[in-house]
Amino acid sequence: MNDTEIVRGVKARLRTAILAPTRIPLALLGLPLVPLQLLPFPLVLITIGVVLLPLITKVVRAYANRYRRLAGKVLGEEIPVPYRTPTSTGPVARVRAIATDPATWRDLAFLPVNAIVTVVCSLMPLVLWTSGVLGFLMPFLWAAGADGLEYSAIDETTPGNILLAPLLGTLYLSLAWWLTPVFGRLHAQVTRRLLGPTANSALAARVRVLADSRADTVDAQAAELRRIERDLHDGAQARLVALGMSLGMAEDLITRDPEAAARLLTEARQSSSQALSELRDLVRGIHPPVLADRGLDGALRALALASPLPVEVDIVLDGRPEAPVESAAYFAVAETLTNAAKHSGAAGAWLRVRHEDDRLTLMIGDDGRGGAVATENGGLRGIERRLAAFDGTLGIASPAGGPTIVTMELPCVLSSGKTSSSSATG
Amino acid sequence: MRVVLGEDLVLLRDGLIRLLQAHDCEVVEAVDTGPDLLRAMVDHRPDVAVVDVRLPPTFTDEGLRAAIEARKRVPGLPVLVLSQYVEHLYARELLSDRAGGVGYLLKDRVSDVRQFVDAIRRVAAGGTAMDPEVIDQLLARSGRDRPLATLTPREREVLSLMAEGRSNAAIAGRLFVTEKAIGKHIANIFGKLDLPLSEDDNRRVLAVLAYLDRV
Repeated sequence: MNDTEIVRGVKARLRTAILAPTRIPLALLGLPLVPLQLLPFPLVLITIGVVLLPLITKVVRAYANRYRRLAGKVLGEEIPVPYRTPTSTGPVARVRAIATDPATWRDLAFLPVNAIVTVVCSLMPLVLWTSGVLGFLMPFLWAAGADGLEYSAIDETTPGNILLAPLLGTLYLSLAWWLTPVFGRLHAQVTRRLLGPTANSALAARVRVLADSRADTVDAQAAELRRIERDLHDGAQARLVALGMSLGMAEDLITRDPEAAARLLTEARQSSSQALSELRDLVRGIHPPVLADRGLDGALRALALASPLPVEVDIVLDGRPEAPVESAAYFAVAETLTNAAKHSGAAGAWLRVRHEDDRLTLMIGDDGRGGAVATENGGLRGIERRLAAFDGTLGIASPAGGPTIVTMELPCVLSSGKTSSSSATG
Repeated sequence: MRVVLGEDLVLLRDGLIRLLQAHDCEVVEAVDTGPDLLRAMVDHRPDVAVVDVRLPPTFTDEGLRAAIEARKRVPGLPVLVLSQYVEHLYARELLSDRAGGVGYLLKDRVSDVRQFVDAIRRVAAGGTAMDPEVIDQLLARSGRDRPLATLTPREREVLSLMAEGRSNAAIAGRLFVTEKAIGKHIANIFGKLDLPLSEDDNRRVLAVLAYLDRV
């Protein structure tokens, strides 16, 4: 550390030490919030508390959030807000949510603790810095004849006081230098301990996320089933009925009017091949046969081959993910490639797939015009939902002017044993 | 014509046997698993093998693998692969040994008996029979700066039929024009796609497919 750095360090610490006490009023302001937060609970019995409690809780939470942000800044990590959301919007549900949320009571505990910790942590540095400086001033004050002035048990009669006082001052200054940031962190850590989520509430939050993604998945599956039912009903089933009718009529006509019967038979054949082609598309939409045959590796290569864009493929996989993950990854890539071909104006695309640290990473890039965003009900949002069901994430980097890179990550393990490929696909 | 048949669905297998017998084909063996199929193809060396992609024991692409393996052991063994769906990847694998005598058709093409038998004969004669759906997939991949985009609609039509493996005469018949006109179209296509001219039906299909695959 050179001189200028020391000077800068001292300046920064002094500023911190001098400004810290300005936080004391805010911390003390927190104290009246304790009775204020407790007051509405008995009042709930006479209804007025039902209105009052959410209002006051709002104030208390805003106050706590301010400290979360402050502490987050000091610690360099965000402190998550742990409050539960009420299950319904009714006033009683709100009151119950507030009363049963441990975070409410931890906030309450924080208020007095914070007042004490703030006073101590913000005054101590200032006291230390002042004592240090005083150590150097004392000899002059004693020389000027200030009687009865005592400095850390040293007064004008102590032998060697002129040397001792600055020495002690130096000690105080070093302590001040060392402790100023420590006090700041100490305060932040106390805040985190009291205001951060407990292991329980972190779990509860996780359960909430899982419940949401499950609901999304169930919705998507129900919609998918409806689509399949509709497609079967309007498509293949109707065609088979037509086929049966044509055959029946041909049977009826075959002796009387062989020519008309032949025409009907041709029609019947066309109906049957149309029904087949519709069934084929349907099967492809449910579970592409090539995915079952060749796993993700082969299926993605096939996808790249079938894409209207030339796609460079780079896949390294030592096994197969579980079937649902495989399928989610496949459809996510399919959708992304379709998007790229349809909207990006790209002349080419690339696909890179790896499995590292129990995560399947898929990257799809194109050289198009960029500007892709995940809008609600949009294709990219759909992919996000699909991946969320497996705790997967979607990242989009698509500056206007391109290029677009879509990154997907799915936690999963690969089943050992490479999908045996007897023939080269190059 | 001697045929080996690989199909595990009894209904379809019996239907195919009847259809083939009605068109003067002798089904020397009909098998229902991948390993049996490979053995039958290598043992009988039939004029053509008609093979379902999906066969036991794995019910994945067992039939396709057996076909490719058989052609490794007996180079040029004519194989017509039938599938419930067509996959470009599989078409490429089948064609990769460049020996000709390969067909890859959707199962429902069987219902057009005349065309199906025509395809079998073409493959048995060392030609190719690619399903129009494969060709459509290939042709759909026409980027902006690719020579494929410079083809006229008529030339594209001719190219599709050629890629299916049809002869000039057959294409002319299909499009109701003279064989000479088709010859001119084909010369134009070869010129635009920078392909070596060839009179051999099989070679020129492979050339077309190789071109389509490359870009």
